[in-house]
Amino acid sequence: MSAINVYPQRPETDARAESPLHHADLPSLVGKGRKNPGVTLREKKFLGHLTLRGNAHDPAFVSGVQQALGLELPVALTVVASGETSLQWMGPDEWLLIVPGGEELAAEQKLREALDGQHIQVVNVSGGQTLLELSGPRVREVLMKSTSYDVHPNNFPVGKAVGTVFAKSQLVIRRTGEDTWELLIRRSFSDYWWLWLQDACAEHGLSIAS
Amino acid sequence: MLHIFCPHCGELRSEEEFHAAGQAHIPRPLDPSACTDEQWGDYLFFRDNPRGLHHELWIHAAGCRQYFNATRDTVTYEILETYPIGARPQARAQENVPQLAVTGQGEKV
Amino acid sequence: MSQRYRLPNGGRIDRSQVLDFTFNGQRYQGYQGDTLAAALLANGVDIVGRSFKYSRPRGIIAAGSEEPNAILQIGASEATQVPNVRATQQALYAGLVATSTNGWPSVNTDVMGILGKVGGKLMPPGFYYKTFMYPQSFWMTYEKYIRKAAGLGRSPLENDPDSYDYMNHHCDVLVVGAGPAGLAAALAAGRSGARVILADEQEEFGGSLLDTRETLDGQPAAEWVAKVIDELQGMPEVTLLARATVNGYHDHNFLTIHQRLTDHLGDRAPIGQVRQRMHRVRAGRVVLATGAHERPLVYGNNDVPGNMLAGAVSTYVRRYGVAPGRKLVLSTNNDHAYRVALDWHDAGLKVVAVADARHNPRGSLVEEARAKGIRILTSSAVIEARGSKHVTAARVAAIDVAAHQVTSPGEWLDCDLVATSGGYSPVVHLASHLGGKPLWRDDILGFVPGDAPQKRVCVGGVNGVFALGDALADGFEGGVRAATEAGFKAVEGVLPKVLVRPEEPTVALFQVPHDRNTARAPKQFVDQQNDVTAAAIELATREGFESVEHVKRYTALGFGTDQGKLGNINGLAIAARSLGIGIAQMGTTMFRPNYTPVTFGAVAGRHCGHLFEPVRFTALHAWHVKNGAEFEDVGQWKRPWYFPRGGEDLQAAVARECKAVRDSVGLLDASTLGKIDIQGPDAREFLNRIYTNAWTKLDVGKARYGLMCKEDGMVFDDGVTACLGDNHFLMTTTTGGAARVLQWLEIYQQTEWPELKVYFTSVTDHWATLTLSGPNSRKLLAEVTDIDLDRDAFPFMSWKEGLVGGVPARVFRISFTGELSYEVNVQANYAMGVLEQIVAAGKPYNLTPYGTETMHVLRAEKGFIIVGQDTDGSMTPDDLNMGWCVGRTKPFSWIGWRGMNREDCVRENRKQLVGLKPVDPSQWLPEGAQLVLDPKQPIPMDMVGHVTSSYASNSLGYSFAMGVVKGGLKRMGERVFSPQADGSVIEAEICASVFFDPKGERQNI
Repeated sequence: MSAINVYPQRPETDARAESPLHHADLPSLVGKGRKNPGVTLREKKFLGHLTLRGNAHDPAFVSGVQQALGLELPVALTVVASGETSLQWMGPDEWLLIVPGGEELAAEQKLREALDGQHIQVVNVSGGQTLLELSGPRVREVLMKSTSYDVHPNNFPVGKAVGTVFAKSQLVIRRTGEDTWELLIRRSFSDYWWLWLQDACAEHGLSIAS
Repeated sequence: MLHIFCPHCGELRSEEEFHAAGQAHIPRPLDPSACTDEQWGDYLFFRDNPRGLHHELWIHAAGCRQYFNATRDTVTYEILETYPIGARPQARAQENVPQLAVTGQGEKV
Repeated sequence: MSQRYRLPNGGRIDRSQVLDFTFNGQRYQGYQGDTLAAALLANGVDIVGRSFKYSRPRGIIAAGSEEPNAILQIGASEATQVPNVRATQQALYAGLVATSTNGWPSVNTDVMGILGKVGGKLMPPGFYYKTFMYPQSFWMTYEKYIRKAAGLGRSPLENDPDSYDYMNHHCDVLVVGAGPAGLAAALAAGRSGARVILADEQEEFGGSLLDTRETLDGQPAAEWVAKVIDELQGMPEVTLLARATVNGYHDHNFLTIHQRLTDHLGDRAPIGQVRQRMHRVRAGRVVLATGAHERPLVYGNNDVPGNMLAGAVSTYVRRYGVAPGRKLVLSTNNDHAYRVALDWHDAGLKVVAVADARHNPRGSLVEEARAKGIRILTSSAVIEARGSKHVTAARVAAIDVAAHQVTSPGEWLDCDLVATSGGYSPVVHLASHLGGKPLWRDDILGFVPGDAPQKRVCVGGVNGVFALGDALADGFEGGVRAATEAGFKAVEGVLPKVLVRPEEPTVALFQVPHDRNTARAPKQFVDQQNDVTAAAIELATREGFESVEHVKRYTALGFGTDQGKLGNINGLAIAARSLGIGIAQMGTTMFRPNYTPVTFGAVAGRHCGHLFEPVRFTALHAWHVKNGAEFEDVGQWKRPWYFPRGGEDLQAAVARECKAVRDSVGLLDASTLGKIDIQGPDAREFLNRIYTNAWTKLDVGKARYGLMCKEDGMVFDDGVTACLGDNHFLMTTTTGGAARVLQWLEIYQQTEWPELKVYFTSVTDHWATLTLSGPNSRKLLAEVTDIDLDRDAFPFMSWKEGLVGGVPARVFRISFTGELSYEVNVQANYAMGVLEQIVAAGKPYNLTPYGTETMHVLRAEKGFIIVGQDTDGSMTPDDLNMGWCVGRTKPFSWIGWRGMNREDCVRENRKQLVGLKPVDPSQWLPEGAQLVLDPKQPIPMDMVGHVTSSYASNSLGYSFAMGVVKGGLKRMGERVFSPQADGSVIEAEICASVFFDPKGERQNI
């Protein structure tokens, strides 16, 4: 047996899958609601999420990650992306890698290969979290209602990502565009966030995108 | 609500993102079995309660999940510094130098 | 006689928009732009309430948040009731319904008023202590009576239909108050490009500029205000918050602002709009421009309606076009108040006289009044007013301020309005919320903010800078300073020209002397909201209450929603004089948030109803709902509690579920258990240190139960950890302990043993866990998996990977029921599909879903503990009879080892976990019930333990319990007794805690 158990957790066949917000039946809400919504929400579901831990002070780690992913290890509070793949700083020894759905096993294997012999951790967490994309002119206000973190563009440029308190729980806020943000949420809290966002967006108009 | 500089995130954040974890610089005795009950009790239960500077252990629970230390004035609530585990405080409280109460105790700064 | 006190013109009101409103059931009219107070005064409404203690009629005396009397109940329907609204801060809207909160049965004919005439005797200061403490049992009666009589407002009985929320802000400069100093500061800071928030509690920005006689650049001051607001609105980084009271100044420049977004529009918020918003602001710099409150003079009967603050009179005349009387007597000790006489005179009304406490006032406003022929009586003051429901006359007499004496009999002047000004008290509340001690300044006769560690600047009136030109300059400079300190480059600005008026100094006068001593003079009120008189304060000092905090508590001075806005300084001055010390020496009481009352709605924001707290669901929740589960809250999780069928109650459902598991197979959603992925070369060593048992020899493919203790040796969590690879483990924790345990691992790794190479990552949400338990679980699982389930190939306490329902799974063969069990872990996205395949395959086996209750029963039958139920943070593994789980020979002194070897942890006769079997099997021991050895002993009995878990319905056929008993493990077969509250006693036999399958054969089949 090896030191680490690497296990494909996604079925190869077309098994039925339900995203964390499956129960909200978002597809049925697409196109409903106000004409010029202040906020548009989209669940970016079934992506591959991997937690990576390692020593950022070790040049071998830095270059190994670069070699495996083609992405430079991001510095504090930033996210780097290339195509559908993004790598986000979560803590001084922790990063979140998001890859297109189905590529998580390959990504883990590539990382383990490139970082062989180093003390690292790679964990598939794809089932435990999802991304909610919020876009529109009023997203910033909705964020201001929800978090004490400063989301003003001076403090929160595109490409920044922070873990913080949001309403009465915690999540990660990522700014991916001028008016586009992502919330990284835990599966078990997804209903709370869905209810919270509907309520907080009510005065601005909320629409759902597929 | 305090505004605390996380030395790992490199930013000031609201207190609600953090949890206080008690007094800092209390090393676990290297050989607990060598401690008398009284020494062990001191280690477990006895903490400073100064009026003035206090070194505290905090965790950035909602952020980077890292522990760090802070020197806080318990009168004004000013936080004079925050510093990573393993670093020594720049501002030292009077008579608040970590006490080596237990023989064989490890160094923890 | 509609609005008979409305002036024919003037005021910042829109006379074309007439608004109907109701006060105490009576219909009135006012205009758009009125406050409720202005509209009431326009209609000649004298009495707005009855006083708290003496039930005296009270009228409006102020025009802003300092109003102590006109504190009303607002709301047209039950659901929209809001208590404690100051009429001076409530904008008038069409259909507004207001009632007095005090005055029963009505403010005009008050039965309490009769009592009030002798009320001084009934309710002396300290009445809480003196009267109501004895007998104590009467307190409930007194309280009800007092509340009804005093009228502290009431809460609505129905749910508020409106929504409220929070808004979090970060700014470089927060300017509090939009009077002259605040506007100038905001302008200076805003022009620098800084992020600026300007908040003001009033309906309009401008503060005193909205009713001043002064001009700015030769134009009415309000025009300058409009220009400034226009400029500020054009700045993208400036946020203007009107109707927004900065209520609290908290640590590290965190301030809370209570904004009333739609309270001026109607009884309910317009559809889709938020009614009130709590702004939570983190400010780089704070500019406090909170201004000053005019201080009333304290004289006889100064609470009779028709006694008002001088400045308030000007505000009503100039801003609202309301003259709250016809014949004015002004009593003052300063120049500034003369503008009231001038405003009154200019409005064509009669100024009967101005009584000035000073010997020879010659300031420019004084001279202007003289020139207009207004009668000025110097070295004089109003020493008492006359009138039962309204002022009819004022007695003006010569006084000697220094000697605190009346020096002439004086004369009674007919009037219906007495306006007084005793100087100006800087509004130091916010500056003092964090404990900063205000400093007394003799030159301005007021407290100003003292030094504070906060990054703040105080400007204008709060700083004792009262003259308009000076306040503008001080504000602008403060704004520049704040912006510069925040890292911005200030832009130069030109301030408007203001006429500089030479002013004579104010003379110190607080309580006006009377020819009788304070105790015998007509009541001289200091704090009208709390009904505190000068005599009461003198009495308090005579009774030995010398500290200002004691005087406050003894008399109620500055209590509650008043926060000492008008009465504080006068009260201090009276106490100081009575004690023969200076005001500076006396000091002030603590000012606390909130500055004015905040609605519960604004405090709660959106965190109410279904958003009160996060609720966590597993990936299988929809299935549980569809299958009729009743749910139990476990931490934030919703877990199926039991699955009733056909009208079953809990007991029947649990009995059925238990039987199904013992006879065939049951299904439990165990996804809520905490799961932590642990990787690193030192993972095994770390487990050795964190768990009580040994992990060195656990092979890959195997799993082991572990106990976790705190350093004190007490159990705090447990769970099964599996070895996935030599350097790779999957730890499970209790549902409620998941976050705690992860943090526990992290604190030791990060702060004690950073040299250990190990990482932890939570995978609780990633894996969904379906537990199949019962003798048929192997057969059932075999139908949906490709894993070899043969008992030798896949033994107890091991794990395998393979497909379950076509989905890659990790299956753990572990058991919490004592039955053959498999815990199937699949990536949560696929869990529902896997569940449905298992359920379909389970039909022939009577696969029965079960909830937490059945789980608890089944595990208790096996004597398995639940941490937090059978433990309470004071139990060692040995106390739990789990010494087998303690690695006594592990080389490293692991967490808990030293603690559990303390003298007290190894002594005889500690409480130990045992089984308890009621002697009468139909009896059920309540959980938590205390146990004694002799039920006939006198009370208090010697208690030897208590019941921790107890179940009536189960597969044993009799009720049973677990509990802790002193020395219980040596008492097998002995009896304990549990005396119940109803006098009955339940007798039980102490037995082994494993009731079912003691050899553990069933889980090994």
